[in-house]
Amino acid sequence: MTAEEVVTAPRRQSRRGASFRDAGPPVALIVIFGIFAALSPQFRSIDNVQNIVDAAAVLAVVTCGITFVLMMGSIDLSAAGVMGASALTVSLLVANNRNDNDFGLLGILVAVLLGCAFGCLSGLALVLLKVPSFMATLGVSAIGLGVATLMFAGVQPNISDAMLESWAIERFLGFAYLTWIAAACILVGWLIQRYTRLGRYAYAIGGAEEVLTLSGVRVKPYKIAVFTLAGAFYGLGGVMVTSQLGAGLVQAGDGYDFSAITAAVVGGTLLTGGRGGILHSAVGVLLVMVLTNGLVQVGVSPYWQGGVEGLIVVAAVAAAVIPQRRRNQVVK
Amino acid sequence: MSAVPALEVRGLVKHYPGVKALDGVDLIVRQNEVLGLAGENGAGKSTLLKALVGLVAPDAGEIYVRGEPVKLRSVVDAADHGIGMVFQEQSLVPNLTAAENIVLGSEGAAVRRGIYRWDAMRRLAQEQLDKIGSHIDPLARTDTLTFAERQMVEIAKVLRIEERSQHPPVIILDEPTSVLESKEIETLFAQIRRLREFASVVFVSHRLDEVLDVCDRVTVLRSGQSVGEVATAGAVPRELHRMMIGSTGSDDHYHENAAAPVTAEQPRLSVRGLSGKSFHDIDLDVAAGEIVAIVGVHGSGREDVCRALFGAEPTTAGEIRMDGKKIDLPNTRAACAAGIGYVPAERKIEGMVGSMSVAENMTLTKQKARCTGPFVAPKKQATLVDSWIRRLSIRTPNRDTAIGRLSGGNQQKVVLARWLVGGDIRLLLLDHPTRGLDIGARSEVYRLMRELAASGVATVLLADSLEEAIGMADRILVMNDGRVATEVACPSGGKPSPLDLVKEMV
Repeated sequence: MTAEEVVTAPRRQSRRGASFRDAGPPVALIVIFGIFAALSPQFRSIDNVQNIVDAAAVLAVVTCGITFVLMMGSIDLSAAGVMGASALTVSLLVANNRNDNDFGLLGILVAVLLGCAFGCLSGLALVLLKVPSFMATLGVSAIGLGVATLMFAGVQPNISDAMLESWAIERFLGFAYLTWIAAACILVGWLIQRYTRLGRYAYAIGGAEEVLTLSGVRVKPYKIAVFTLAGAFYGLGGVMVTSQLGAGLVQAGDGYDFSAITAAVVGGTLLTGGRGGILHSAVGVLLVMVLTNGLVQVGVSPYWQGGVEGLIVVAAVAAAVIPQRRRNQVVK
Repeated sequence: MSAVPALEVRGLVKHYPGVKALDGVDLIVRQNEVLGLAGENGAGKSTLLKALVGLVAPDAGEIYVRGEPVKLRSVVDAADHGIGMVFQEQSLVPNLTAAENIVLGSEGAAVRRGIYRWDAMRRLAQEQLDKIGSHIDPLARTDTLTFAERQMVEIAKVLRIEERSQHPPVIILDEPTSVLESKEIETLFAQIRRLREFASVVFVSHRLDEVLDVCDRVTVLRSGQSVGEVATAGAVPRELHRMMIGSTGSDDHYHENAAAPVTAEQPRLSVRGLSGKSFHDIDLDVAAGEIVAIVGVHGSGREDVCRALFGAEPTTAGEIRMDGKKIDLPNTRAACAAGIGYVPAERKIEGMVGSMSVAENMTLTKQKARCTGPFVAPKKQATLVDSWIRRLSIRTPNRDTAIGRLSGGNQQKVVLARWLVGGDIRLLLLDHPTRGLDIGARSEVYRLMRELAASGVATVLLADSLEEAIGMADRILVMNDGRVATEVACPSGGKPSPLDLVKEMV
């Protein structure tokens, strides 16, 4: 008996790629889409499908950011505040009715960088002050809202920047520019996740942080970087909402924090970290959007929707943890 | 063979609160040699290994690498000096590829400016895997590999220190065989012999036959000291084992005088054909007042049997009777109600709530004992807890002190008292009740066990060492590979020798 014989003997399939578990959300997406399509002719119209995808754009960008944080096993509740601050920033920097600024693309860049700064703040609080990410990001969200409120100063800035306004209106190949921006974000996110040390370490931190430390990797800078990256996505999300509304609102990011976590988790990214990823989250976003839209199309009262969505999230998480359930397990 | 040893340890000392884990250990690892390290639980093996890879800072003593004195502050430090360890509980990131794990922390050309070059990474990993002749796909996700394959990945990872230190490495394998099948062990041994061509290996195992099989030389540790060195050629396990356990103390460490004679009538606990995931067809009888020890090596399934008897582990077949009455144990609550108590091995994690008071910990399970109706009755609780603090001579400032601030022995007494306050305890399951305790505290726990037995409690004991099992038990069940291999009577005055038991364990 030589070493080679034993080591090579059992060779199961799909060692590199997706496992059976990863297939769950895409299959669910197809099945649910199929059900709604069968039930409602309006739902399966081209127009409606475009609607669903366009409506998913902002959520997709925010979810991209949050996915990296979740992959690491941390949580990020700062999206709403960061988006508010970035929305006000961008609307006051591009052509608007409050001042004479007209910085165009530069203004957008500043808004995104502001998002980075907020994310960095969350990361620093986590790593240096050892504040759990839940509280750190909740605090940063409040700071973001505070900054946004200061900038809002009681008068709503309406934007008149042609480019920014066109993002929500102009279409390319049937989809709004915003949708293409979201697609680009997903692509960039996927490249980061797959081809950069930052992305891979974020994944590894969620898998087994101690092992990284034992292998001589300094984990802290990567944690800060991941939160900073997430902040950039939220910043862009705030810009996108401003484009849709044509005005900068403090509440631009309202509800996106929890919707993004929902989408990521439904897509198969675990809150405990180490599993899932950008593509999972993209599927999750579509799943959530198809559900919301489909329920309306088949005539479910909008009053029911919040509750139904909540049920689906709990069911999705329960399904995800079934393989790991055991007796006397502690769940907090 | 060069005269300078690859690694040498002189007079290494490490204190932990209440325990001297290392008490002047000497160790020499020659170049291109496989050195075995043997010793019972608590002999200081794991502390020594941790000191060698920089995870534990010794209080005194020197470590020399190729004749040079070194201070090892971290795993990375140790790696720079060419020392690497394959950990017992594997240290791979499960959701990364094998290749990433192999190069983790020193990616070199595989990552440039933070961007992955998957091709370069695969090549680098393949180089390491080729060294050990392994054909694992470097891009396979680590959690899809078998345990044996993951071990190969770990060895490949450790071998990367060769490039780092520019010297022949010293590879430490901590209990690498404990969960392997015999065929996989063969492969591993072939691997170790291959490693010897260009490296030195330190091999640690509970199984003495393996140590003798694969090592050139064995150093035996006992109570934190090196007590001997054996060339394996011609040596037998018996010899090694004698060195490991040393001469047993002549004093009555186990309070054998206090051992009450068991008046056998109907057994208190009677188990027939109990089977679960890692144990099969277990028969076990324990009479009131009897202490039955279950012994076996790591992976023999004895811990799982113990947990199953407390309803904490699912069973697939078999029957459990208490005092002749058939009982079901679907959960731990049912076990408590049946008068079964369990003292878990991980005291700090499973045994107690560290931040809560002695009183709270003591009344955690038997709430009724301290309550009037649904309400906690402070006076009732105080009287009850104080009486047990006195009876077990628990040294605590008062009943409201957080249990985490007591010494290990006193903590364990509180954990035991938890089962006694209800007054309805019939069977105690003790999983390593003296783990991490010093000699004095051990002795007190032993005395307490004797008293409980004398009062008619039946006890199942998973002892920390063979010596302890033999000292305490009236009867010993030897488990091997999930089954009861044999049962040995163990009366006071007619104790079996550890060697008789070891024969059945391996």
